[in-house]
Amino acid sequence: MSIREKIKEKLSRAIIDYNEHSPRRIYILIKQKDLKTAVTLLFKELGLRFITSSGQENPDGFEIIYHFSADASGEVISLRVNLEDRKNPKVDSITPIIIGAEWIEREIWELLGINFIGHPNLKRLLLAEEWPQGEFPLRHDHDHEHEHSHEDKKND
Amino acid sequence: MSHKVVVPIGPYHPLQEEPEYFRLYVEGEKVVDIDIVIGYLHRGIEKLSESKHFDQVAFLVERICGICSNSHPIAYCQAMEDLAGIQVPEKALYIRTIIAELERIHSHLLWLGLAGHFIGYNTVWMWAWKYREPVLDMFEMISGNRNHYAMMKIGGVRRDILDEDIPALKKTLDDLVPIVAMFKGAVMDDPVIQSRLKGVGILTKQQAIDWCVVGPTARASGLNMDLRRDDPYAAYDMVNWKVIVQEEGDIFAKTVVRILELGESISIIRQCLDKMPKGEFDANVKQIPAGVGIGRIEAPRGECFHYVKSDGTNRPIRHKIRAPSYMNVASNKVGAVGGTISDAAITLAAVDPCYCCTERTAVIEKSSDRKILNGFDLIKLSQDKTEALKERMGHGTIK
Repeated sequence: MSIREKIKEKLSRAIIDYNEHSPRRIYILIKQKDLKTAVTLLFKELGLRFITSSGQENPDGFEIIYHFSADASGEVISLRVNLEDRKNPKVDSITPIIIGAEWIEREIWELLGINFIGHPNLKRLLLAEEWPQGEFPLRHDHDHEHEHSHEDKKND
Repeated sequence: MSHKVVVPIGPYHPLQEEPEYFRLYVEGEKVVDIDIVIGYLHRGIEKLSESKHFDQVAFLVERICGICSNSHPIAYCQAMEDLAGIQVPEKALYIRTIIAELERIHSHLLWLGLAGHFIGYNTVWMWAWKYREPVLDMFEMISGNRNHYAMMKIGGVRRDILDEDIPALKKTLDDLVPIVAMFKGAVMDDPVIQSRLKGVGILTKQQAIDWCVVGPTARASGLNMDLRRDDPYAAYDMVNWKVIVQEEGDIFAKTVVRILELGESISIIRQCLDKMPKGEFDANVKQIPAGVGIGRIEAPRGECFHYVKSDGTNRPIRHKIRAPSYMNVASNKVGAVGGTISDAAITLAAVDPCYCCTERTAVIEKSSDRKILNGFDLIKLSQDKTEALKERMGHGTIK
């Protein structure tokens, strides 16, 4: 049984939409509550490699895409999750399952303002300490024209 | 009484191309924890990309990294081709492969030189960088530039490789074959280098899986993965070559992987120059529809990943970029911890960190929070250890 069949079978109740975009690029929209189950299945059981997550702001809210690589077959399995709460977007952290996801969740947290519940070390990764709280530069409503100038004081 | 000391390396590392900051916490000689601080080179390229039209983005992403400046454009172009379902002419696929492999050779030689210097083998450093020059000359011959070749475009490449240039390219490649053999002998068979690097900075196979590392860092830890074979792109499925895998996970294994890959890359380029068909090298793409696309390639440091979302206008509405070092540098958390301070410089450098892609080091006494060493001191420590080894093994002290 191929990886995609296994995923379809084991996640049948979590999948909202399944799309084979091109031969080795598969996008699977799942329910937010099933995220941890799905990630555990892909990473721990099926042995897929976690590539990264893409956080994005859509007209109807925030979306996170978790890209996994099935290195044996060359497929990229992208798990899509639409976040329910638009005002206060939050999602379960997958870092307790995949330590390699620590940095990317910190990045999405600071750039897009999505909170990761259960993340062990949620602090800034790329932005300077002086960057104002509550300003998220990757959001579409962020005012780049009046960005605060700041000194880079990270170096102690 | 235990003294936890913090060793600062960086932010402007005297030897590495880019600013980096590692805060090493040490007790005596032993590294007990590490803090990796990045972001000094965060230029907001993902956001900037949203303000460029699709053709301009290829030039923008080429500027993410000066060493693997071709990796991001190929991955981006492949993402766009996946998005729009574009067939790339065969000749362009061969040219992409040639450029990508030339880049691997110069990038691995650059690393080999730095690694040599870090452990006090300055001859290796000078040789490696000397023989990197003809590779840059080949780039100049093909593209007019030694770096930032501007060869990639959506649907193909921007310049042809001219028939009259091929004999000179082949000659330069042939001259590199004995050089690689020389490095194999001088580095892989050297007893001092072996005892200096074996068992140092080990990343086990399980740790490699947990930290999701990629490229030579993963292949040196026994993970048999290489996108050129696993998710074939460009012309890699049309030439013969093999994936280099080592099991040990130490710095010696990482060195072996890179040196052996040099030979494979030379072979791939030769085959491509022989088999390259005549004809078109650009699909002349006019329109990008709405949709999403993923492109990824095996850059010299590992998988380079691009995700692009288009809404049917002429700009991306989201462009996610993940460079290989993003995963590899994070794994220093396990690679360097448990080792000694004299091994820290080479361990941190062993993943071939590219901070433009991702992003410094201090040794701090934990009890007083005092900085006791800087990057210079660390490299000196590392070189002294090699010297001591040489003396013990009766290899003299010639630098």
